[in-house]
Amino acid sequence: MSGTALPSEASAIAPQGFGGMQARSSEALNATPRIAMRNLDFYYGDNRALKAIDLDLPERQVTGMIGPSGCGKSTLLRVLNRMYSLYPGQRATGEVMMDGRNIIAPDIDLNELRARVGMVFQKPTPFPMTIHENIAFGVRLHERLSKPDMEERVEWALTRAAIWGEVKDRLHSSALGLSGGQQQRLCIARSIAVRPEVILFDEPTSALDPISTLKIEELIDELKRDFTIAIVTHNMQQAARCADQVAFFYLGELIEVAPAAQLFTAPRHLKTQEYITGRFG
Amino acid sequence: MSATTIPGPRKDPAAAARLGARRRRADLLLRGFGFAATLLGLVFLVSILATLFWLGLGALNLTVFTKVTAPPGSEGGLLNAIVGSLVQVGIGTAVGTPIGMLVGTYLAEYARGSALGNAVRFVSDILLSAPSILIGLFVYQIMVVPFGGFSGWAGSVALAIIVIPIVVRTTEDMLSLVPNTLREAVIGLGAPKWKMVTLVCWRAAMSGIITGILLALARVAGETAPLLFTSLGNNGWNIDLARPYPSLPLAIYAYAGSPYEDWIALAWTGALIITLGVLGLNILARSVFRQK
Repeated sequence: MSGTALPSEASAIAPQGFGGMQARSSEALNATPRIAMRNLDFYYGDNRALKAIDLDLPERQVTGMIGPSGCGKSTLLRVLNRMYSLYPGQRATGEVMMDGRNIIAPDIDLNELRARVGMVFQKPTPFPMTIHENIAFGVRLHERLSKPDMEERVEWALTRAAIWGEVKDRLHSSALGLSGGQQQRLCIARSIAVRPEVILFDEPTSALDPISTLKIEELIDELKRDFTIAIVTHNMQQAARCADQVAFFYLGELIEVAPAAQLFTAPRHLKTQEYITGRFG
Repeated sequence: MSATTIPGPRKDPAAAARLGARRRRADLLLRGFGFAATLLGLVFLVSILATLFWLGLGALNLTVFTKVTAPPGSEGGLLNAIVGSLVQVGIGTAVGTPIGMLVGTYLAEYARGSALGNAVRFVSDILLSAPSILIGLFVYQIMVVPFGGFSGWAGSVALAIIVIPIVVRTTEDMLSLVPNTLREAVIGLGAPKWKMVTLVCWRAAMSGIITGILLALARVAGETAPLLFTSLGNNGWNIDLARPYPSLPLAIYAYAGSPYEDWIALAWTGALIITLGVLGLNILARSVFRQK
């Protein structure tokens, strides 16, 4: 895919030119940004997968990220917890500011960053250990808790993830025996047990049935009281239901970001409108 | 592509019938060969096992397990050989397993695609298929010659060298079956890589790795060539690893070639014991892998 042909194509679609168009949605939502991306570029080798992204994640709000496959939305999530640093050849340039520090700078303590920015994956990823150990594993990485404190933390996390009632009698049996939806809520519990500030959801319900999906969506709505959330989804209804602001990506560019109601009812860009009305993607 | 280029349904029943008949003949031929080949293989296997049981069960009694080897004509058993095998196989596995696991872990978790990793994998695979007598000669050169004599230690080291590449291979294979999303989930919690490997990846791959270790055990339990030049064998009771050391395969080797009927019978019994032991290990390995 050639990167050079894209700007002209994109500007043909959106003749206004979307570089300066993006209203800072955090202003619109009246919240301070928890993470602020400026001029963020991302490369898989020589392939530029994200192009000059400017985006804020407002504090204690849900930011939905939508766009067709390969548009860069998952890539963006993997920048925010530096997951890409696992893979040589992947690199990001620009600014991703969090508490006055650029988290894509080389001197960032990645383990500490990942404790502050948790992630939930597309497929449930329970560890091959008991339910209790799954939660305690993450906590132990960063804190030394007494046994009763740990029990309390485990119960707190499982309760927040709306799964305590289903597992409280089987805490010491294997997490692999849970259903897919339960496993995903366990993974959410595992993330929040570390007490992060930001939680990244990478298509968290695409492997789940409708009932489990509904539970996770309700849970995300509940969690935003305490956490700043970014969720990548292929499901526009889900974005509309869960997100406060929605960002639409196309071919590595952020086309439009707006409060959810506005983006889905009155998109400013033709491309956004075409995507949300199902004309492509 | 326009629709007109797609051919319509074929309307030649005679040609279809000919094709069907040809396919049936080809199928019959292949099935016939497959069946015959399987039968041939089974005939040999069953014949070996039947001979082993027929000749081995005769001398199988309690004295085999309670008495040490004795001169022909007097009542002897295989106790020293059995214990010697257990000790050397035990030490060989205990030494070879951690080395093999660490090398396999290096290959799977740290050296994917790296030149050094590829070189190590290549060497390990060569070692895996190296004739075991070469390993015996190698250990003869590095241990028997410099320390001035055959010993149980040398035999154990030779077996460990055979164990290592087997465990390397299974460890790497089993770790590469661990899904990458699981690794990312551990890293995503803020875990350092060594904790990801030791606390999650190893655990996820454990049943496969244990299976590999059991299969390695089964393999070295029957090895004769590497012990021939290293521990030599011992007809008396000996648990001093610094001296020539008895083992079942060597006892079988010595007895089967002797002219004495009672020794030959004991050799068959020893072979039966090893076979049953290896069979047991294989069954154990399968059940460990299945209960994953």
